[in-house]
Amino acid sequence: MNTIEVLGLTKRFGRFTAVDDVTFNVARGEILGFLGANGAGKTTIIRMLCGLLSPSSGRATVGGFDVARQSEQVKRNIGYMSQKFSLYPDLTVMENLTFFGGVYGIPIPKLRERAAWALDMAGLHGREKSLTSELSGGWRQRLALGCAILHEPKIIFLDEPTSGVDPVSRRRFWELIDRLAEAGTTVFVTTHYLDEAEYCNHVMLIHAGRLIAGGSPQELKARTFKTPILEVRCDRLIDALAVLQEQPWALETAVFGDALHVRVEDEAGGTERIRTTLAGRGIAVERVGRIVPSLQDVFIDLVEHQTQKG
Amino acid sequence: MPDNVIETRHLAKSFETIEAVADLNLEVRRGEMFSLVGPDGAGKSTALRMLCGLVKPTGGSATVLGRDLVSGLRYIKQKVGYFSQQFTLYGDLSVDENIQFFAEIHDVPNFKARREELLQFTRLTPFRKRLAEQLSGGMKQKLALACTLVHTPEIILLDEPTTGVDPVSRRDFWVILSDLLKQGTTILLTTPYLDEAERSSRVGMINQGRLLVADTPKNIKNLMKGAVIEIVAPEIRRVRDIVRRVPGADVQMFGDRLNVVVPDLEPDSARIRGCLVEAGIDVTSWRVTPPSLENVFISLLEKGV
Repeated sequence: MNTIEVLGLTKRFGRFTAVDDVTFNVARGEILGFLGANGAGKTTIIRMLCGLLSPSSGRATVGGFDVARQSEQVKRNIGYMSQKFSLYPDLTVMENLTFFGGVYGIPIPKLRERAAWALDMAGLHGREKSLTSELSGGWRQRLALGCAILHEPKIIFLDEPTSGVDPVSRRRFWELIDRLAEAGTTVFVTTHYLDEAEYCNHVMLIHAGRLIAGGSPQELKARTFKTPILEVRCDRLIDALAVLQEQPWALETAVFGDALHVRVEDEAGGTERIRTTLAGRGIAVERVGRIVPSLQDVFIDLVEHQTQKG
Repeated sequence: MPDNVIETRHLAKSFETIEAVADLNLEVRRGEMFSLVGPDGAGKSTALRMLCGLVKPTGGSATVLGRDLVSGLRYIKQKVGYFSQQFTLYGDLSVDENIQFFAEIHDVPNFKARREELLQFTRLTPFRKRLAEQLSGGMKQKLALACTLVHTPEIILLDEPTTGVDPVSRRDFWVILSDLLKQGTTILLTTPYLDEAERSSRVGMINQGRLLVADTPKNIKNLMKGAVIEIVAPEIRRVRDIVRRVPGADVQMFGDRLNVVVPDLEPDSARIRGCLVEAGIDVTSWRVTPPSLENVFISLLEKGV
């Protein structure tokens, strides 16, 4: 059963089309990841699906309710965690929980139980009286998630929930999301962290308001990469990048951390050419080896093609 | 004797109840790119804000380009550029007009030539007449950077310049920073993206207001004892749960793959392979990789120094 159904969803602001004919479905208990540049349309889509903004054309139902005509019912059934967490910095942890509980109309005895659950999930027992502004990123993030799901919504929208949070907290957060999804909650999340997109059942890539690719992480990788990707560890990375970008046989070259990823026609020939070309320019090569492509490789490939198309 | 353009000695900043920066001893050398990484609340932003004069230290001292941070502030402000997430561009002014505005604030003589340079440098020339609010996120970052550079500072302090920006725009931004380095500018930046820190001359890991380690990425990685095994497999979470139970294995999740840090490669590998075979798991890929900064960072955060 689909908990979110979107058909031809479009939003225009004057002459600017922010979201252009977007169609997709999300089944119960699935995690859907939305990737794309800032300004590509992700937040506009979320706001329409939350019933906060009406579509210019097309339609969407969330939890069975139409976002344009039944926005109040939509809002009651969802949880929403915005970028930068939407918590009140000058309220204490408990005051924020109580506030959001009130907003969702949770009766007091139930709220006590839910607040205790949220504190437990966030690891904030004993810090009920701390000012939210004193909490650092990872704690605030988990508190914000707790506040967003006090009313046990079946569908949650998380807009860049791990933005700027340290790597340990990020992973901890995703374990929480996994558990929620396993229990049947549908999760719609936007992120810039491509390793996080791997945790999603489906990933949609949005560029200039249009959906340019969609599928499971596995499908996206299989579809995009018919030819191998080689990881190159060498000296003078940026220079090596420039050199390889000039070579027609290096189908795509990009920097990944302290290495380069180069897509070539075949592994043996590609390896040889990389070694020879870089050696010819006095760049020492430490190693060249084939790797299993990640979503980051896919993303960069897809967006490059879009940009070239204009 | 390294040419330090920034030196801090026991630099500290306390707000009423919080010790944001405790005892910071940092050195940044001329012409290098120094990345400061650390969990949120570690003190990175506060440290930067002290160094450009926005916030007064409550303890310790610092010198920038040889001048004392407190008494030499006026001089320092002319030589330093600061870029933060709170950077405000004027939405209803064009790219050209924004740069002009910041040039005038900084008293830059003959700004027009400088503006042409900056527009070329950031590849914003075709968009010069566009209003700032109509620029994409990545372009706004570039414009903000251009405005930060308008007075040709010797040092730039960047507070999480690429947070929230998509991976492709982030790459472009880094190419620009590399070009800046070639021109001799010193860059001190904070970032939550450890893959960016990999490309810096030196990296400082800061936690609770103190520097845990400051060195080249290579030397920091050498601090980590043991090896990293990268395992790619279907049902990766199941694999994670199994490998976590192997004693001594530090399991770090990276999307569709695990990075398992083990103290002793031969025996530990064998043990892990054994567990996976027993559980009937077929691995797609198994390779030993050099540790990344993210591996080191996670280990440090989880286990302490």
